[in-house]
Amino acid sequence: MTARIERPLSPHIQTYRWTLTMIMSIVHRATGIALYVGTLLLVWWLLAAASGPTAYANVQAFTGSFIGRLIVFGYTWAIMHHLLSGIRHFVWDLGYGFKANEREALTWGALIGGISLTVLLWIIAYAIGGGR
Amino acid sequence: MSALDSQGAPRSMRTPLGRVRALGAAHSGTQDFWRQRLTAVAMTILMIPGIVVVMMVLGRNQAGAAQILGSSWVALILLLFILASTWHMKIGMQVVIEDYVHNEKLKIASIMANNFFTVAVALAAVYAIFKLSSGV
Repeated sequence: MTARIERPLSPHIQTYRWTLTMIMSIVHRATGIALYVGTLLLVWWLLAAASGPTAYANVQAFTGSFIGRLIVFGYTWAIMHHLLSGIRHFVWDLGYGFKANEREALTWGALIGGISLTVLLWIIAYAIGGGR
Repeated sequence: MSALDSQGAPRSMRTPLGRVRALGAAHSGTQDFWRQRLTAVAMTILMIPGIVVVMMVLGRNQAGAAQILGSSWVALILLLFILASTWHMKIGMQVVIEDYVHNEKLKIASIMANNFFTVAVALAAVYAIFKLSSGV
């Protein structure tokens, strides 16, 4: 083993002025982690549907409760936000959208788009009778 | 003469730089970077049919839900989505672990746990979909 060289470290986040893109970077990661845990809900739903009426009724009782509905609403937003924020990363991966106004527009677009799509999906869901 | 060089690696004509060139700190190149984006594009495409499936199932009882979830095209969409998402989240969580867990042993343990969790989630979902499709 060679001796460990003490190299200077880059400053951590508390040194920097907060910017929108920086917050969105953190939110992208946070929604990713939330979705990771949220897959348990998806698996529970699928396994319950495959096992029978009692198991499925339990899932429906949970998703129909106030806290359950809040979690599913949050889950919907996390998906929509992570999706649009991810598309924003695609644009950057392809080499576009790096000018100050462009990156701000992309970031605001993902933020507002994520919330709008979530609300829109829930309006559709209630309209077709998902709220029962 | 030792069979190992000063870095503890077996003697070879290849220089240390040559061994890691284009493979980066992870020693596996850009595989994860590529697969993260591949699965992301897959899920972006699958999002519309995925939403349609969920909307169709909403508010139905178990018999109704099982009938829809067990039909072949729905099962196929769900299978593709499960595979893409579990793969994507396995890579994503590993990046988070590598960023924040600096203790080497804890890092290895966390990465193992991440693999176990994502494989378990994937197989549980796939099992449920196969069971729904076979109608038992």
